[in-house]
Amino acid sequence: MPGPIQSLERAAAILRLLAGGERRLGLSDVASSLGLAKGTTHGILRTLQQEGFVEQDPVSGKYQLGAELLRLGNSYLDVHELRARALVWTDDLARSSGEAAYLGVLHQQGVLIVHHVFRPDDSRQVLEVGAMQPLHSTALGKVLSAFDPVAHSEVAEGELAALTPRTVTDPAGFEQVLELTRARGWAADLEETWDGVASVAAPVYDRRRMPVGAVGVTGAVERVCDESGIRARLVAAVRDCARAVSRDLGAGRF
Amino acid sequence: MTDPQTSADPTGTSSHGSGPFIAAIDQGTTSSRCIVFDRDGRIVAVDQKEHEQIFPKPGWVEHDAAEIWTNVQEVVAGAIAKAAQDIPGFTPADVKAIGITNQRETTLLWDRHTGEPVHNALVWQDTRTDALCRELGRNVGQDRFRRETGLPLASYFAGPKIRWLLDNVPGLRERAEAGDILFGTMDSWVIWNLTGGVNGGVHVTDVTNASRTLLMNLHTLEWDHKILASMEVPAAVLPQIRSSSEVYGTTNVGGLDGVPVASALGDQQAALFGQTCFAEGEAKSTYGTGTFMLMNTGGTPVNSYNGLITTVGYRIGEEAPVYALEGSIAVTGALVQWMRDQMGLISTAAEIETLASSVADNGGAYFVPAFSGLFAPYWRDDARGVIAGLTRYVTKAHIARAVLEATAWQTREIADAMTKDSDVELTALKVDGGMTSNNLLMQTLADALDAPVVRPMVAETTCLGAAYAAGLAVGFWPDTDALRANWKRAAEWTPRMDAADRDREYKNWLKAVERTMGWIEEEH
Repeated sequence: MPGPIQSLERAAAILRLLAGGERRLGLSDVASSLGLAKGTTHGILRTLQQEGFVEQDPVSGKYQLGAELLRLGNSYLDVHELRARALVWTDDLARSSGEAAYLGVLHQQGVLIVHHVFRPDDSRQVLEVGAMQPLHSTALGKVLSAFDPVAHSEVAEGELAALTPRTVTDPAGFEQVLELTRARGWAADLEETWDGVASVAAPVYDRRRMPVGAVGVTGAVERVCDESGIRARLVAAVRDCARAVSRDLGAGRF
Repeated sequence: MTDPQTSADPTGTSSHGSGPFIAAIDQGTTSSRCIVFDRDGRIVAVDQKEHEQIFPKPGWVEHDAAEIWTNVQEVVAGAIAKAAQDIPGFTPADVKAIGITNQRETTLLWDRHTGEPVHNALVWQDTRTDALCRELGRNVGQDRFRRETGLPLASYFAGPKIRWLLDNVPGLRERAEAGDILFGTMDSWVIWNLTGGVNGGVHVTDVTNASRTLLMNLHTLEWDHKILASMEVPAAVLPQIRSSSEVYGTTNVGGLDGVPVASALGDQQAALFGQTCFAEGEAKSTYGTGTFMLMNTGGTPVNSYNGLITTVGYRIGEEAPVYALEGSIAVTGALVQWMRDQMGLISTAAEIETLASSVADNGGAYFVPAFSGLFAPYWRDDARGVIAGLTRYVTKAHIARAVLEATAWQTREIADAMTKDSDVELTALKVDGGMTSNNLLMQTLADALDAPVVRPMVAETTCLGAAYAAGLAVGFWPDTDALRANWKRAAEWTPRMDAADRDREYKNWLKAVERTMGWIEEEH
């Protein structure tokens, strides 16, 4: 087993130094306190600064702990916050696509529906917020499995149950689906969960580019698909919506 | 509250329709906005700018009307520029009309020759006219003008604010009587400026805004000269009362060229219009820091004996006016903010749902947020907030649940008062505002009301209402049926609560409400 990595040890020492005593320190204070060369210290500080763990005061040039450290300990995105941010965008997605829109997050071994916008056709529909959907067959679930490693390990440990004759049930085939999903940035479900129903979904990211959920539309296969699969117009609308929600999460505080 | 409405920047959504369009200005309490809508009622461009809240003394709230007018011009230009950027081939000529909705009751007097305000605008929240209102009530009290105006004598309304300005700005009464001064709520100020200001600007208000002055007779829809005399307001300052949907004039502001200015509606009435509550018995409730619920009562103004306000809902051109009953709740979203900012139990408003969802019920706790007394239907300023039913079992999660239930039961109380006054049973409630993103709250609301709660697809019902009224005036939309067709249900919550549970919980809530009353022993 290799020994400790020296530069990481030094970075940790710098963070401890900035966390105690005086709140702001100049480069030479840091270097002399730790007995390091100024050049070495500067390199480490600059790397920490790029990662957001350290901030430099533009006027005095002194260093202090960065906001990213606080966020590390408090990184969980509340799903209700996610819904509040997604509201206008998912309304717009349902209107422009003419289909029901859903926002899902990973919960245990499945997709928890945290937001649902009705298909805009005045038909009687039931709100599905709180429902669970399978990870391995739905578009939302495939997106989460492809982009979130925790979801991937959940789906890999579970059974790929055949829900319809079209469900992909062999693990190798499923991994290929996930690779395709990563490559093109969206996933489809062509009657793989429910007969006659197709869906398309794309990932939602937070400000650190962590996948926090998936957004998509679901509807009758005759409307959602053409000869080549999911209609390109719907894929574009779903991806636009996912980008808009992600941008909103990146812009705001949480 | 996290307000998803403010983040409605549609850049990046490429799928928006093509022109022509209608623009709407929302001159609100904290900001001015301009939104451009397409024929389907979808948002194509938004611009927004906040203005300063001026607090000269405790209880006094003012706005700089010149700043507001500058902001209005900027947001109109901004929204037009964004539309031009996002929509291929867009030109300002594609905007067929512009409508106005506004913070209600906020009162301004300005010089008709210079266009300069004589004083900051007195905002609806400003309570400096409390004593004046009591004095104006004489031996009759709050209801002295209720038969004519539908309103209680309260500091919100514009009439007493005009009187305060005439009494307190040196020389103003003489100038007003000489015809040099104009009064307006923010709709009048914006329209006068949009249509040319000192160069021929039209001095008008609409029936909904006029119905909040305490000076308009609800039955004739004209200024009531007896009340004007009682309140010592010279008729010369008053704008002409017009319908909510007609062409008042044209504007060249913000890159527009001769575009008709074609609607004005107070903000809550605009939301009623935007929610397409065009039939008697249809109601909407807007959930922000406070809540305003309005119910369409058709062609007759219904007197309230249960603490509601009678107001004009809207009037389309020469058609008969449509009246509404209004109930307001002072503290709804503000209670969630209080849990976040004062109690520190949550870090964002949305987290209240997470905390509340971690338990199945309120654990026996009830929270009545009578922070500054109780509003409709009680109107008790001696009440203060109470958390009742505490035991060692109760956790912060139960309190969070009680916080959400407080909004639901307060809505139920208003709905009950509306049913009593109008004999119309609430069949469904249309909701909007920031709190509608709270799924547990919306379900709780449906349970408390024992009626479905429906959320439309456009969150911006206030601006949409002004756009609809303006579009109707210029024939952009043929009739209200076309607007109804635009209304799309985004979500619907149906009651799931057992009737016996609902009755028990409501009874407990009413018991908790009783315990808030009489806390303040002396009025000061």
